[in-house]
Amino acid sequence: MNMSLAPILEVQNLSVALPAGLDRRLAVDGVGFEVHRRQIVCLIGESGSGKSVTASAVMSLLDKALTISGGKIVLDGEAITEATAERLCELRGDRMAMVFQEPLTALNPVMRVGQQIAEVLQIHKPQMSADAVEARVIELMTDVRLPNPALLMRSYPHQISGGQRQRIMIAMALALEPALIIADEPTTALDVTTQAQILRLFRELLTKHDSGILLITHDFGVVSDVADRVVVMRHGKVVESGSPQQVLTAPSHDYTKALIDAVPKFRFRPEFPASEKPVLDVRDLTLVYRSSSLFGSKRETRALDHVSFSVAAGETLGIVGESGSGKTSLGKCLLRFETAESGEIFVADKNLATLSGEALRHFRRNIQMIFQDPYKSLNPRRRVGASLIEGPVQHGTSRADAIERASELMELVGLKRDALDRFPHEFSGGQRQRICIARALAMEPAIIIADEPVSALDVSVQAQVLKLFEELRRKIGFSMVFITHDLRIASNICDRVAVMQRGKIVEIGPTEQLFCRPAHDYTRELLAATPGQGPRSERAL
Amino acid sequence: MTAIEQEYVPPVRPQSFIRRLFSSRPVAISAAILIVIVLVSVFAGIVTGSQPFQIRPRMRLHAPNAMFRFGSDALGRDVFSLVLFGGRLSLLVGFFVALVSAVFGTLLGLIAGYFRIIDGVVMRIMDGIMAIPGVLFAVALVSLVGPRLGTIVAAISFSEIPRVTRLVRSVVLTVREEAYVKAAESMGIPTPLVLFRHILPSCIAPLIVQTTYIFAAAILLEAVLGFLGVGFPPDIPTWGNVLAEGRAVFQRGPWTIIAPGLFLAVTVMAVNILGDGLRDRLDPKLSRNAKVAA
Amino acid sequence: MVRLMLWRIASAIPVMLIVATIVFVLLRLSPGDPAAVIAGDTAGPEVIARVRAELGLDRSIPVQYLTWIGELARGNLGVSILSKQPVLAQIKDRLEPTLVLAFSAMVITILFAVPLGAIAAWRHNSWIDRAVMALSVVGFSVPVFMTGYILILCLSIWADILPVQGYVSPASDPLGAVSHLILPSLSLALLFMALIARVTRSSVLEILGEDFIRTARAKGGNNSRILWRHALPNAAVPIITVIGLGVALLISGVVVTESVFNLPGVGRLTIDAILARDYPVVQGLIMFFALIYVGVNMLIDIACAFVDPRVRL
Repeated sequence: MNMSLAPILEVQNLSVALPAGLDRRLAVDGVGFEVHRRQIVCLIGESGSGKSVTASAVMSLLDKALTISGGKIVLDGEAITEATAERLCELRGDRMAMVFQEPLTALNPVMRVGQQIAEVLQIHKPQMSADAVEARVIELMTDVRLPNPALLMRSYPHQISGGQRQRIMIAMALALEPALIIADEPTTALDVTTQAQILRLFRELLTKHDSGILLITHDFGVVSDVADRVVVMRHGKVVESGSPQQVLTAPSHDYTKALIDAVPKFRFRPEFPASEKPVLDVRDLTLVYRSSSLFGSKRETRALDHVSFSVAAGETLGIVGESGSGKTSLGKCLLRFETAESGEIFVADKNLATLSGEALRHFRRNIQMIFQDPYKSLNPRRRVGASLIEGPVQHGTSRADAIERASELMELVGLKRDALDRFPHEFSGGQRQRICIARALAMEPAIIIADEPVSALDVSVQAQVLKLFEELRRKIGFSMVFITHDLRIASNICDRVAVMQRGKIVEIGPTEQLFCRPAHDYTRELLAATPGQGPRSERAL
Repeated sequence: MTAIEQEYVPPVRPQSFIRRLFSSRPVAISAAILIVIVLVSVFAGIVTGSQPFQIRPRMRLHAPNAMFRFGSDALGRDVFSLVLFGGRLSLLVGFFVALVSAVFGTLLGLIAGYFRIIDGVVMRIMDGIMAIPGVLFAVALVSLVGPRLGTIVAAISFSEIPRVTRLVRSVVLTVREEAYVKAAESMGIPTPLVLFRHILPSCIAPLIVQTTYIFAAAILLEAVLGFLGVGFPPDIPTWGNVLAEGRAVFQRGPWTIIAPGLFLAVTVMAVNILGDGLRDRLDPKLSRNAKVAA
Repeated sequence: MVRLMLWRIASAIPVMLIVATIVFVLLRLSPGDPAAVIAGDTAGPEVIARVRAELGLDRSIPVQYLTWIGELARGNLGVSILSKQPVLAQIKDRLEPTLVLAFSAMVITILFAVPLGAIAAWRHNSWIDRAVMALSVVGFSVPVFMTGYILILCLSIWADILPVQGYVSPASDPLGAVSHLILPSLSLALLFMALIARVTRSSVLEILGEDFIRTARAKGGNNSRILWRHALPNAAVPIITVIGLGVALLISGVVVTESVFNLPGVGRLTIDAILARDYPVVQGLIMFFALIYVGVNMLIDIACAFVDPRVRL
């Protein structure tokens, strides 16, 4: 690594103008940084910080409504802010390439994946023979560790897994060994174990292909694992930049400090006193999805396989696992949105699994849900108050009492009473999630099921909502099943944790014991893959 | 950073819906045209003067002139009066068809979308109805049962209902998976309340747009019925009937076809443009198939 | 793929059964005695009784229904009251003009409407987009018979280049056939083009906003590659689906067009049969058209599976 060499990417004083009439004039405001060969530069910030717009500007793929209003972007000595459209087509794919966040939508659904990689070669090297192109595609797919490339290249994107799709995207980006690879949240849509593998892959490829990587992320864990340099952005401006060591351990700017503080860390709760009487008792719950096609051949997926656990009064049980582990199916089953194949769900001594019709409808108040996406969990056409009192009024509370209780709850979750008269779109994501918590509490349920309640929120907001859960537990006390993919968050909020894999609970126990002395291999694997725990991160977090 | 975000997101105060809708010039012009057509139809008696349908055997097929603004037909009647009076029934048919198909289609769509057991049956029946060409069904029904307003409205609505049903069902299928509907269900809200309070409001915007298109399609279909000779009795003026009368003589008196045809086309066009305007404003992502088989 | 085809064929059966039921109910909605109507005003009671027996109207409704379905299943559409010919034979006699008309309208449509719609989407908000959209609204709003008459008026009566009405079989006089075909297929195609151009435009527009289009740009693909290789293949499914649903529109249009241009096709036969109250023919024709619609859509569903791998079971 020779730092005296000219950088492959120089962004100088870049500004991108937003269309008129928005709250802000510039999406990106005087941003400058450099990327060198064999270097990973992480651009980090929360939503709205302008990090993705910066990336699109470098690729000259800005949305039509946005225009570069000032500054210069220099790629390998060439000022691409002044390049013609034809020249940009030549550069894109050849000298600079991009990996997007959501590999499913970023791949053409009706084109075979091999052909999509080959297309890069066909565009930039039309002289290459078909055989040479195919050989190169197979080579690239091998490079990104895709199994059985010769077969896999004939698949369509929907036929392969998320991790495989992202590898295809990376192979596509590497096809012509570009000087610069821009990766926009490349691992956000992936499971932690896959994420760890992909990040490791980036590291390796960097050395092999002698490129530089600009990695856009919101996750300080990722930064501490892979970055050579960090650029922190907020409201379109660079707040701070430097080596990860320096930024993570001794941040100079308050915003960076707050952001780092907000990153969930392993932190365990005091041990929960054992109690003999469970609020929720699940025994041998089994859920099978059957997709039967017409002519007999049936496919069975065991979403839940003899799952048993119980939750004591006042206790929070965490359910952790990766996508496809069955944790979301478990939530649906507990709420009776899915009917289990077999097994019992005892809530307040009644078996919820066998209730139906009116009896089920009346019983439902005992078990309430907090959903992942706060933007979709409130009816956009009804005032917050109406959403909050709807349930209690349905179950016989008088309107006046319900409104009074709703106002109290608003204050309890940290909002003002007048919030009841407003519509959901007047609130931010974090505020909406507070309202959803209040709505669940208004039903006075025996137990609350929270399905990834903070994973759609920015880290700083995430920390606040987690703190709210803590406060509420102290003030009013409730039992909860907390479903999450993030072990760090689980450690903050759960008394006990159950680890799920392929529909089974592989390990269950008190949080601290389970995370510090994991008994099952899968738990260990999950812990190792958690961002911020990687080999390069001893220095921070 | 650490303080709870107490501030509310400043509510976006957009211009009023009506103003945004009419900010598009074609939409504004269409609305104006429609209002004029409705007014002159309703007040046709005042506009055309006395004896609008007087038969004047000696003034057959006069070209448009000072006396006959749109010329005279084969019986010497004033085509202008015929067209204005004809608009009354044609618009009425359009209105009732839109209403009837919206109501029945919405009910069926809600049921089919929400109750999965009934879904298959309802949708197969809708497929069956869609397989029968609308014109044929209407022509057959009207010629069998007799040309009355009720029959004609029923005949046309019948083939429009599946379009509304399919639209509402597709909205219900999406909305019922939304977290706020799941939340209402988990609070034990009874199903009819969930349907009407939480799901139906999401159907309204696309429904309004679809109803506009149906209104236009119904006016067209009524004209086709008249044209084929199975609409309202020939002595009642509707756009279709005036067109049908003109068929036999259109080589000698093209105005007998052009005048009512123009009114018809302009009305339908205005309604369609209004529908497009509503769609762009209400729901930019509205199903692209909304206009299928209009 | 074979399984998908079988499944589609199987699922067409209940739809046709429902059509048969609707047709059966429809023809029994007539307020008077259908036998009396068919026999005519001057017929005595014994003639009416004979007609009733001939049509099987003297039997109970369930028996009539089962007979109707049974005959349909064997491919028997009944016998015309007027001509005493089997309905199927009558349809066969009149099929050629209809097929020729529908086919030429379809070809004109696909040839012009799909490229126009795609270009309109590509040049979103340009004059060409506006022109295509304006034409599409006009095409949608002007009734088929109006288009027909205006074309006759301009090109046949005033300009006198093309024949006014009538039909010439392509087998006997190809040139005459073409000149007789231009106006009817144009007036029919205009409506259909409006629909297809519109759907093509909106689907392509939607696809152009997708992430994978951005990926294609990031690869260095130029505009034409992005439009023809990435956008259009993905828009194909909605476009051909709408072409299928538009068959209903085409059938209605055929009935009217044949009436305007005096073509001796199946549409003309339908209107004549309805006006003459020849019920068996009406029944048979509705079944026939429904079968065409269901059949075409079945083929289209299968075609979709070829175009889009995600549709495959």
